[in-house]
Amino acid sequence: MTLPEGLSRRTLLVKLGIAFNAAIAAVLAVPIVRYLMSPVIHERKGGYDAWVSLGNLEQFPPGQTRFATYRNPVVNPWDGTTGDIACWVRNVDGKSFQVFAINCAHLGCPVRWFPQSSLFLCPCHGGAYYQDGSRASGPPERGLFEYGYKLESGRLFIKAEEMPTPGSACKSKNSDIVREIKPCA
Amino acid sequence: MRLIKTVVDWLGVRLPIDATIQETAGHQVPRDTASWFYVFGSAALVVFMLQIITGIMLAFIYVPSAGQAWNSLQVLNHNVTLGWFIRAMHGWGSDFMVAIVLIHMVQVFLFGAYKFPRELTWVVGILLLIVTLGMAFTGQVLRFDQDAYWGLGIGASIASRVPILGPPTVNLMLGGPIIAGATLSRFFALHVFIIPGLLISFVVVHLLMVLRLGINEWPMPGRVVRKATYIKDYHELTKRDGVPFVPGAVYKDLFFGAFIIIAIAACAIYFGPFGPSGAPDPTIIQTAPRPDYFFLWLYAVLSLLPPSMETPALLIGPVIVLAGLILLPFIFGEGEKSWRRRPIAVLTILLSAVALGTLTKLAQFAPWSPVMDAWSEIPVPSEFLQNRTALERQGALVFKLKQCHNCHSLDDQGGKRGPALDAVAVRLTPDQLIRQVIQGGGNMPAYGKNLSPAETTALVAFLETLHPAGQLPARDASRTLALDPQDGTAPASKP
Repeated sequence: MTLPEGLSRRTLLVKLGIAFNAAIAAVLAVPIVRYLMSPVIHERKGGYDAWVSLGNLEQFPPGQTRFATYRNPVVNPWDGTTGDIACWVRNVDGKSFQVFAINCAHLGCPVRWFPQSSLFLCPCHGGAYYQDGSRASGPPERGLFEYGYKLESGRLFIKAEEMPTPGSACKSKNSDIVREIKPCA
Repeated sequence: MRLIKTVVDWLGVRLPIDATIQETAGHQVPRDTASWFYVFGSAALVVFMLQIITGIMLAFIYVPSAGQAWNSLQVLNHNVTLGWFIRAMHGWGSDFMVAIVLIHMVQVFLFGAYKFPRELTWVVGILLLIVTLGMAFTGQVLRFDQDAYWGLGIGASIASRVPILGPPTVNLMLGGPIIAGATLSRFFALHVFIIPGLLISFVVVHLLMVLRLGINEWPMPGRVVRKATYIKDYHELTKRDGVPFVPGAVYKDLFFGAFIIIAIAACAIYFGPFGPSGAPDPTIIQTAPRPDYFFLWLYAVLSLLPPSMETPALLIGPVIVLAGLILLPFIFGEGEKSWRRRPIAVLTILLSAVALGTLTKLAQFAPWSPVMDAWSEIPVPSEFLQNRTALERQGALVFKLKQCHNCHSLDDQGGKRGPALDAVAVRLTPDQLIRQVIQGGGNMPAYGKNLSPAETTALVAFLETLHPAGQLPARDASRTLALDPQDGTAPASKP
């Protein structure tokens, strides 16, 4: 038997050795990549379908918008205060509610409610929203993000989702993108 | 003396690198490059070493846990002996490092040092710029205060806008669905292991290339780079008019590096450490997050772009800038090196500096942010209230109560988001004022649903008084005609 030119027994063994290592690396890559991608692969979804209580309905008088907080359903013991999330609850007419995320639809800064002018204002870039969460002015391209809610045994529950961002598929009545802002009259 | 020689000889046999060190230190560099213009690269390296040392010292105390990080910084600031100083050195070192890296880059660009055969050195330099900015951003996150928390939210909101890949990228960046413990842990890993690892490897490659290819000669107008002849010319130049790097050039690097360290220490002692600002509690919403100094320009861009331009500019802009920087040496790899013969290069630097400087300066004032407590904290200047009717003063109250002051200034007090109202009556007639207040528009919310007719009347009455003493308020000429047609049809009859 003749070996091809330049392929001695030793170079063949080196090549086999490299191939062996490459194969092991490829096999090991599977668990490593899966581990790294674990925040994206929603394997352990537990908690994110959970309904979270915002408290008794009496805290949210009809016609008013009130500040509410809840503990995020999925927390680690070392999350500290970051596991507490704020939101705005609007009791529209005693029967229907709107629960807005605290995050501005522009870049996620915390919006503040001003009952006197019935506006949500964002301190970062000046986004403004009307009381129903629709966009009033400023850089946001849409209205405030809304959580799904239900009323049960005198309490208000919301479906706590992930932190809403402009790209995530969070529900909003006012998802029409505002193409441009007219110049000042 | 004999003892030292014995030790050196003993080492030389077992650690045979003395020849390499001698060769590196003694390599010839062009005489002109022993210049104060050539000290910024080594200064960046010096600051990086300072960052490594102070960073390791901070890690002795810092707790990378969302629940405890902020508290451990308070302990560092107040309870650990000189903990504040190490924090301040690390923080100011970060600002100095970004600044020096940028200055080094401008110098290399203006001196044409990216041209053949140093294209790859430039590209590695761009990578070094990216990881340096990465260190600055992740370091800001480790401060884990209010600004860091909402800054992460801003980063996530920007990342989420990438088509399709956006939302998973956000989850990957935050380590879960919200900003929490996992987020801080992964930014700690990035700031302490991953990015420094990249930074060190890039620095090694960068330095190796500088040593092998030689320091860029001082550019002379008319001395044109050609791929065929450059390397031969360079070697002739260093042979004819060169000095050994040590001691010919290195003493300037040493002095400048030491000066920079003193400057960082002086800033650290005088200004102290950065924050931390409020605790990272997302239920405390009385906050106006601001980015650190080197990201202020981005804050300004995001505020000033029209909304429809924002996402394209955010996603395409960085790609174009990066592609331009990386392609630069491959497109302009030959030709003139001297800035005296490269007016477009000089203009590019000037334009970028003016643009970034203006945006940074603007972001320090942030005129686009409403002043959230102006309505309750800042008084209406008394000159706007003296000798006014009851209705007009009632209007001033409406102006305060409806938060108009948060976005509109009077006598330079209050928000600058909307136009100043000191002379609004000169610009808009009463009818236009009513329309603007009720319907909004031009980036102003409509107040129609939130103002009673009485409030609107009072507010507009107040706004009508806002005009300079000698200047009449605007009026609609056609209105006089419509109300009094006789006057309009026979103007000539009037004297």
